[in-house]
Amino acid sequence: MRVALFITCVNDTLFPGTGKAVVTLLRRLGCEVEFPPAQTCCGQMHVNTGYRDEGVRLARSFLDTFAAYDAVVVPSGSCASMVREQYPKLAAGMGATRPEAFAAAHGGRSPFARAVAEVTPKVYDLSEFLVDVLGVTDVGAYFPHRVTYHPTCHSLRGLKVGDRPLRLLSNVRGLELVPLPGAEECCGFGGTFAVKNAAVSSAMCADKVGHVVATGAEVLCATDNSCLMHVGGALGRQRAGVRVMHLAEILAATEAGR
Amino acid sequence: MSGTFLGMPAFPRNAEKALADSQLRFNLRKATHTIRGRRASVVEELPDWQGLRAAGKAIKDDTLRNLERHLLQAERMVTEAGGHVHWAADAEEANRIVADLVRATGQTEVVKVKSMATQEIGLNEALAAEGVTAYETDLAELIVQLGDDWPSHILVPAIHRNRSEIREIFLDHMGEWGRPAPANLTDEPKTLAEAARLHLRERFLSTKVGVSGANFLIAETGTLVVLESEGNGRMCLTLPETLISVVGIEKILPTWRDLEVFLQLLPRSSTGERMNPYTSMWTGAAEGQEFHLVLLDNGRTDVLADEVGRQALRCIRCSACLNVCPVYERVGGHAYGSVYPGPIGAILTPQLRGMGSELDASLPYASSLCGACYDVCPVAIDIPEVLVHLRAKAPHRPAERLGLKAASWVLDRPARLRRVQRLASRFRGLVPKRSLPGPGAAWTQTRDVPSVPEESFRDWWDRTEGGAR
Repeated sequence: MRVALFITCVNDTLFPGTGKAVVTLLRRLGCEVEFPPAQTCCGQMHVNTGYRDEGVRLARSFLDTFAAYDAVVVPSGSCASMVREQYPKLAAGMGATRPEAFAAAHGGRSPFARAVAEVTPKVYDLSEFLVDVLGVTDVGAYFPHRVTYHPTCHSLRGLKVGDRPLRLLSNVRGLELVPLPGAEECCGFGGTFAVKNAAVSSAMCADKVGHVVATGAEVLCATDNSCLMHVGGALGRQRAGVRVMHLAEILAATEAGR
Repeated sequence: MSGTFLGMPAFPRNAEKALADSQLRFNLRKATHTIRGRRASVVEELPDWQGLRAAGKAIKDDTLRNLERHLLQAERMVTEAGGHVHWAADAEEANRIVADLVRATGQTEVVKVKSMATQEIGLNEALAAEGVTAYETDLAELIVQLGDDWPSHILVPAIHRNRSEIREIFLDHMGEWGRPAPANLTDEPKTLAEAARLHLRERFLSTKVGVSGANFLIAETGTLVVLESEGNGRMCLTLPETLISVVGIEKILPTWRDLEVFLQLLPRSSTGERMNPYTSMWTGAAEGQEFHLVLLDNGRTDVLADEVGRQALRCIRCSACLNVCPVYERVGGHAYGSVYPGPIGAILTPQLRGMGSELDASLPYASSLCGACYDVCPVAIDIPEVLVHLRAKAPHRPAERLGLKAASWVLDRPARLRRVQRLASRFRGLVPKRSLPGPGAAWTQTRDVPSVPEESFRDWWDRTEGGAR
């Protein structure tokens, strides 16, 4: 099985540690992962901000880059959900000036629609890949800290990863998992929403921060560094003393690696 | 749509104002969380909820596909049952039809059962211009009307008011509209309801014309259906000598069998009740009553023409999406500048009114795309999908366009991305942590900036051959 890593543009540029953790973790589990260098971005920011053409161009390039692989692992629920949930909608005309005409001209038969149908089912969020493809929930990790988990919207309601991340975390030795109140409420990041509607975004974030601090956790964990950058940025500003960590980084930690 | 909201600034500015009102945020949080919980518990107890939801969606889609046939059938049945059917292409025409009908009765007062459609067209204002006073009789609508306010929620229009505010409104303004509130009025819900009951009862017994909307219109018999919780609506529908119902053309259902699905979906989604308290149904004119049905388009056929956006017409106005929306919960309904607030308003208003104003163009962006609305929608409207669809059609600011175009130019080629990453890494020490310039300032108002790493992932991968070295 050929497995590719789609690192995502945000992780590639700002959070390379998450990518290294994914590589370490998968290798420890006996899975060799390739990094196709032609990859850049799934196109989510452009599509969700209203720039369909630019987004579709990035989507086409994603599909070309990953077509040859059996599985694509993504350490981001949001980007994986963009590919798996939104690409088919793009192919059906979402955002097109005349969706009906677009769908009639391309419906199911265009190279784009065909590539979407072929490639996107092979795209997995990290927690899905570990639990569903590799069949593991105990990855042999050791992380002796008090951790709370925020299920990000696109992993929860887009991909429907369910309790997979929690099952993975509950098998980490030394880790004390504390439930997060109001866990399923959005943190307020929302991509460009965080800037375009900064006041509402910050109000949502303030409530999330309040819940996180109330748990007494040392670490806030999620499967999306973009949401963590937002909540973590507020935690840092308030000197709340809570670190944010991507799921991959906790799962990659071992006793030997301390 | 109504001119009431014309000239309002864009959503982010309205939202900022609302966020500063701590009383409003407290009221909203309490109310939305209560209804949210109630809905969740009565939906969870139904094993076939997802099946019902799929049926609701399928019935609406099929009906919309054959809208003309069903509407013509309804017109025939209503006429056969002694009613009169009028067709209104837009708000102006609908208002003129209603005003003419009222004038023909010689009356200058009408009682109204809560109706979104008449608010959408600004009927009260149009009637006032003709010298006709419209009295709202739904308790929450009464509070809004007495307070010279706007509704802020589809189902609970006075959700932004708490009981002590309501007491003040009753004391200060009830007398201006009819029977005044008793001077010793307390803020106990029972006492407040009693004051409203006495005030409204006088009105019902003296007014000769009633105006309503409808939740459903059943084509096979021409029957109108109104769901409400107070019984005030039923008095509006039965007591007046003339009844005028203004109904959006998307409210139609082909058969009574179809109604069964919606009588399960709607109460559970809206009030969190298993069954609706007062469901009134009537066909044509009752004996001694004159009945007029005004079928309203007002932009709906334009929405229908959009293959992605048309799913918004499935909406049954339950407001479940408002109650779960993290944005609505924090800013309330007024910020949306429309009688349709919250997630459904963010997709319905820009489609009905177009995106010509700054406010309407900002509505598709009034969402973090968290998807909670789609999960609870009883007719499975994929609100995030329509939001993204509308964003692509919305006008973009030149500076934003430039930024996004530049970003896509970089992301189009891995080599360009690498160059930008290296540049950022080289100057990483210069990136301010707490105060970014330009559009980044909106970020750093409340959030620190993450530090730029010394090396991007792709550079690390190349240098170490994927960590092998």
